Amino acid sequence: MASNEYVVRTKGLVKEFTMGDQTVRALNGVDLDIKRGEYISIMGPSGSGKSTLFNAIGGLDKPNEGSVFINDVDMAQLDASELAYLRCHTIGYIFQTFNLIPVMTALENVTLPTVFAGMPSDDGIERAMYLLNVVGLGARYHHRPTELSGGQQQRVAIARALANNPSIVLADEPTGNLDLKTGTEIIELLRRLNKEQGVTIISATHDLKMVDVSDRIVWIRDGRIAKIEERADIDLKIGEMDGESLH
Amino acid sequence: MNADKQMPTGGMKVQKQIQLPFSKAWQISIKSIKIRFARSVITAAGIFLGIAFYSSVRTAGLFPNSGTGKEVIAAEHRQQWLAYMALLVCFVGITNSMLMSVTERYKEIGTMKCLGALDSFVVKLFFIEATLMGVISSFAGWLGGWLIVVLLHLFSGDLKGFNGAFFSGTLMQLIVCTFIGSFITLMAAIPPAMQAAQMPPAAALRSEI
Repeated sequence: MASNEYVVRTKGLVKEFTMGDQTVRALNGVDLDIKRGEYISIMGPSGSGKSTLFNAIGGLDKPNEGSVFINDVDMAQLDASELAYLRCHTIGYIFQTFNLIPVMTALENVTLPTVFAGMPSDDGIERAMYLLNVVGLGARYHHRPTELSGGQQQRVAIARALANNPSIVLADEPTGNLDLKTGTEIIELLRRLNKEQGVTIISATHDLKMVDVSDRIVWIRDGRIAKIEERADIDLKIGEMDGESLH
Repeated sequence: MNADKQMPTGGMKVQKQIQLPFSKAWQISIKSIKIRFARSVITAAGIFLGIAFYSSVRTAGLFPNSGTGKEVIAAEHRQQWLAYMALLVCFVGITNSMLMSVTERYKEIGTMKCLGALDSFVVKLFFIEATLMGVISSFAGWLGGWLIVVLLHLFSGDLKGFNGAFFSGTLMQLIVCTFIGSFITLMAAIPPAMQAAQMPPAAALRSEI
């Protein structure tokens, strides 16, 4: 069981971006172990490397150095087809900008991952309808993204992320484009799914509302982990944390 | 769907992602053209106009030139030059509309890859879409250009050009125009689609146009 305890592990992650003739180190040696079923928030100011870490964990971008292990599989060892399998079955993605396919209805958007997984279309539609009901949008399944509010679009995106029953849901600033109330609803929904379905949630955010629901908070600064806090330690220190220079 | 309440288990085995059958790609492509119908029509119009211009110039060339020997030669040169220009205009026009229609979908390509699409599947989708658009609008473009020139000749009562050579030339041009249009369409659509499909998804998602 010990080998199954960690769903994500990163070792010495380094990611550099070249901008003109300058090289910027977005990640500078990140070691992080995430347990199965955890709700993790990766917090830090803009430009701290949150999204870069998100992309590396999700297999959306290759790090320059270091490794990412998903369920003990080294992602660097996978070929394109295996990576596609991993993105399809093991990881669900949620983005700040929702990234729904604009010409498709909510139902078609949620069904898409099941198509890529090779699920028969009736089963895929049934699964998508079930998930749209779970996120509270069952009645609006035939609406296009432009006909939905930001919060509703993010719910569709959450349903889509869960389509193939992934073990990890990665969320990059899921509340970044939402107002306070809608953002809180989305956070509560993610927490509920985490509790009920046992899915590990890793969320890059600078939304302090996330602190309340996270099991652990990983603070990132200048491409390094500044500190990792357990939830139990945090409750008393919220006031202090507000003093952090968050943008 | 009874796995919903299960705790996802570890010890997963990473397999190869399945190759979806061609019929699935066909289905998605047709739907994609249909649901963005207005956009598809504009892209198709770009191809149509380019080929219609080319086709009309070539069709005009099928009719015999009147005048003395020198004038005929000059007219033939002019027609040839016009045909090259038409081909160039049609090349630029088609490339422009296809490039736009693919690059504006980089984000969509990135999203599809996040959801588990294989690079080859993404390219397949764009290949089918481009082929359909290319063949249909090139054929329509040829017909449009041909009809206009033929009707002009009919209305001017100039019927002596409609001989056997004209009809065999017409058939040849049908094939040439449809082929050239489809070929340019594919050449303009596939490289950017391949480039986007091979990018890391994060890069495709970041791209702004």
